Amino acid sequence: MSNNDVTRRGLLKSGALAGAGVALPTIFTASSASAFTNEPTGSTVTLGFNVPQTGPYADEGADELRAYELAVEHLNGGGDGGMMSTFSSKALDGTGILGKKVEYVTGDTQTKSDAARASAKSMIEKDGAVMITGGSSSGVAVAVQALCQEAGVIFMAGLTHSNDTTGKDKRANGFRHFFNSYMSGAALAPVLAANYGTDRKAYHLTADYNWGYTTEEAIRSSTEAMGWETVAAVKTPLTQTDFSSYIAPVLQSGADTLVLNHYGGNMVNSLTNAVQFGLRDKQVNGKDFQIIVPLYSRLMAKGAGANVKGIFGSTNWHWSLQDDGSKAFVKSFGTKYGFPPSQAAHTCYVQTLLYADAVQRAGTFEPCAVVEALEGYEFDGLGNGKTLYRAEDHQCFKDVLVVKGKENPTSEFDLLEIVEVTPVAQVTYPPDHPQFAGGALGTCNNGG
Amino acid sequence: MLGLDKKDAVLLVIVAVLTMFAPFILNPFPEGSAMAQFNAGYPDLMQRFVIFGIFAIGFNILFGLTGYLSFGHAAFLGVGSYAAVWMFKLLSMNVIPAIVLAVIMSGLFALLIGYISLRRSGIYFSILTLAFAQMMFALAYSVLTPITGGETGLQLALDDPRILGQSQTPEGNIPVPGLFGFEMRDSAELVIGSWVFTFNLGYYFCGVILLLAFYLAIRIFRSPFGMMLRAIKSNQQRLNYTGINPKPYTLAAFVISGMYAGLAGALMASMDPLAGAERMFWTASGEVVLMTILGGVGTLIGPVLGAGAIKYMENIISKINSDILHSWFAFLPDGLEDFVVTIVYPFIGKGWHLTLGIIFMLVVIFLPGGLVEGGQRISSWLRNRRARRDDRRSKTEPAE
Repeated sequence: MSNNDVTRRGLLKSGALAGAGVALPTIFTASSASAFTNEPTGSTVTLGFNVPQTGPYADEGADELRAYELAVEHLNGGGDGGMMSTFSSKALDGTGILGKKVEYVTGDTQTKSDAARASAKSMIEKDGAVMITGGSSSGVAVAVQALCQEAGVIFMAGLTHSNDTTGKDKRANGFRHFFNSYMSGAALAPVLAANYGTDRKAYHLTADYNWGYTTEEAIRSSTEAMGWETVAAVKTPLTQTDFSSYIAPVLQSGADTLVLNHYGGNMVNSLTNAVQFGLRDKQVNGKDFQIIVPLYSRLMAKGAGANVKGIFGSTNWHWSLQDDGSKAFVKSFGTKYGFPPSQAAHTCYVQTLLYADAVQRAGTFEPCAVVEALEGYEFDGLGNGKTLYRAEDHQCFKDVLVVKGKENPTSEFDLLEIVEVTPVAQVTYPPDHPQFAGGALGTCNNGG
Repeated sequence: MLGLDKKDAVLLVIVAVLTMFAPFILNPFPEGSAMAQFNAGYPDLMQRFVIFGIFAIGFNILFGLTGYLSFGHAAFLGVGSYAAVWMFKLLSMNVIPAIVLAVIMSGLFALLIGYISLRRSGIYFSILTLAFAQMMFALAYSVLTPITGGETGLQLALDDPRILGQSQTPEGNIPVPGLFGFEMRDSAELVIGSWVFTFNLGYYFCGVILLLAFYLAIRIFRSPFGMMLRAIKSNQQRLNYTGINPKPYTLAAFVISGMYAGLAGALMASMDPLAGAERMFWTASGEVVLMTILGGVGTLIGPVLGAGAIKYMENIISKINSDILHSWFAFLPDGLEDFVVTIVYPFIGKGWHLTLGIIFMLVVIFLPGGLVEGGQRISSWLRNRRARRDDRRSKTEPAE
């Protein structure tokens, strides 16, 4: 704001020199001596895994952490290498990143922006992490992404589905591999039209927070575009556990389809309530009543049990995919932990690999060089087919899965079946799409 | 000194020394050693110690002096944060206007909520403040999303006006909070052997404000006004009978402590320009009650110690994962190692709440005066021992 002749560095240095007189022998280094924040100078490099270990998404956080540990093992040359052998880029060679052994620190986001930022800050300031990744909610992802931009480290988002992460809250230092609300809507709409027709009346129950809003908007606009009518959209508090009072008015409204824009425990409870009310056995407007869950996860399907049977939704990835990358990942994850990985685990594992690969290709850990290496990068073999990291908004574009609750599950992990793999072209949107309007990427920040 | 008697002046000097030398005191272990895990001398945590210290000092002015237990104090912290971030968005990244507006706004909110809640005392007052705080949380979390940013929190953006500053830096980034050109995140490092000490500008800014806040609290405690508040705590009915209306005094105390909370909120936003609704959640209000009780209700330095203890556990103990535990106990035979880790693990890492709960119970049962009482007992025990020794010595040489 003001240009003083006395520079801050000069002032700090002179203050430091005064201190040096007292405490000899000393060596002083200004914090900005290195070229960028937390430049790794030893034989190791530290990554920060910031996942929810307590709170509503603790299960997902635990699965993410498993995936990270697996990724670190593979990067350091341990295990069977997992997806490193199927990845289209062959820059990684199992000797860590740029020859430095990968180490990691973990933190608990508690699914709260404040706690997540405190945890990320301690990783950056205390442990010297050069990259932060993880998280299982969009609020946290957006908050930590902004922090990383400010501090000058790379943020590789974990599970975050809200449009805003790469929409109005996008940042140059942040990258998202996971898909988003818009893609869910675009992938679901044709499947819904094919199965349920194009003249339905939909009733939305929406979790009253950021992710709920963007999901409702995405599903509404894509279903209305094919002829559906939205009867009502009711917001439900995030802390709600009993949705009976919200389900009861659905039938009176004349709607024949219920869209549950809920995630995690919310979805488990609202779906269970809806099924208990017998909605699925009802006939409205001469059609069978249907329920739709835009974002599915295996952990949610497990929570809702038999109630998910036959219900449509979308997901980023599923362990039953039969491409080489997915098979390799499921195999090494299953060997180490004894059960198949969730989609959260998949996206976190892939993000770690993508970061390591970008550093390797850039030849440096410098954030701006890594950003450059990731922007517009096309790759394959990581489970979703050919994928593009778009330069304009740092969002990955890849195939999206439309899934359905399985009628006859064979195990507690085999709860969803893939109905359709929606090709990437169908879920691609221009960077200035209205659902992603506002906000700007800015420029990458090296910190230092 | 400064209108303080000797005892208070000594206390202020002790707090000043602790604050100014915190980067040394909190980093006792050399970098890279196994014990470095327990170092707390990094800027973010030091800032938190000081900011929550201010929050707890303010809370103590209400709870410690008047005995009114507010269970919704975090609401004012949140109001302060939102006000500060809005100033960063609209005016400039200078922290002074942000702090000023935050203190005024939280004062206004405290006036309104205090005016209504103070019609009742005891448990009813606590419930009323809790209800207000939860209402404000719900508003901030969803209803007022355009103003508060909802679940995502209120953040800075590249296209904010910032009419007295710049919307973005020449490099195209969001500017960071600062004080007349000095950035809050600037740090200098001092390396002595394998020790690394970090001196952060933001921390020292908060530290100076803590000292001012602490000084003001001492003056309030020792003033006739403070005496009146103590009178309200000890027997409000007697005050009524003597013809004194206690309400203006309690309301003043409520507003002052709300403004302290707003100040803390503004400092949080100044160190890290984001305001989230969950810092208004009732658990955050509960936390400051814990801090005050853990440190010592009604004492001057207690709340600061309590805040430090809780924040230390939250940030340091919670980061110890099972791998680290295994490396600690690696010297034990395998079976025993696993056994010890299994026993210890529930109490650290994500189980730090459990440890906090046990410590809190022990303090409340055995040291009702909090950590301060513990300190007093130790010092009086030492003094007694010395006295006894002197006694004995004098007995061995009887004067005849």
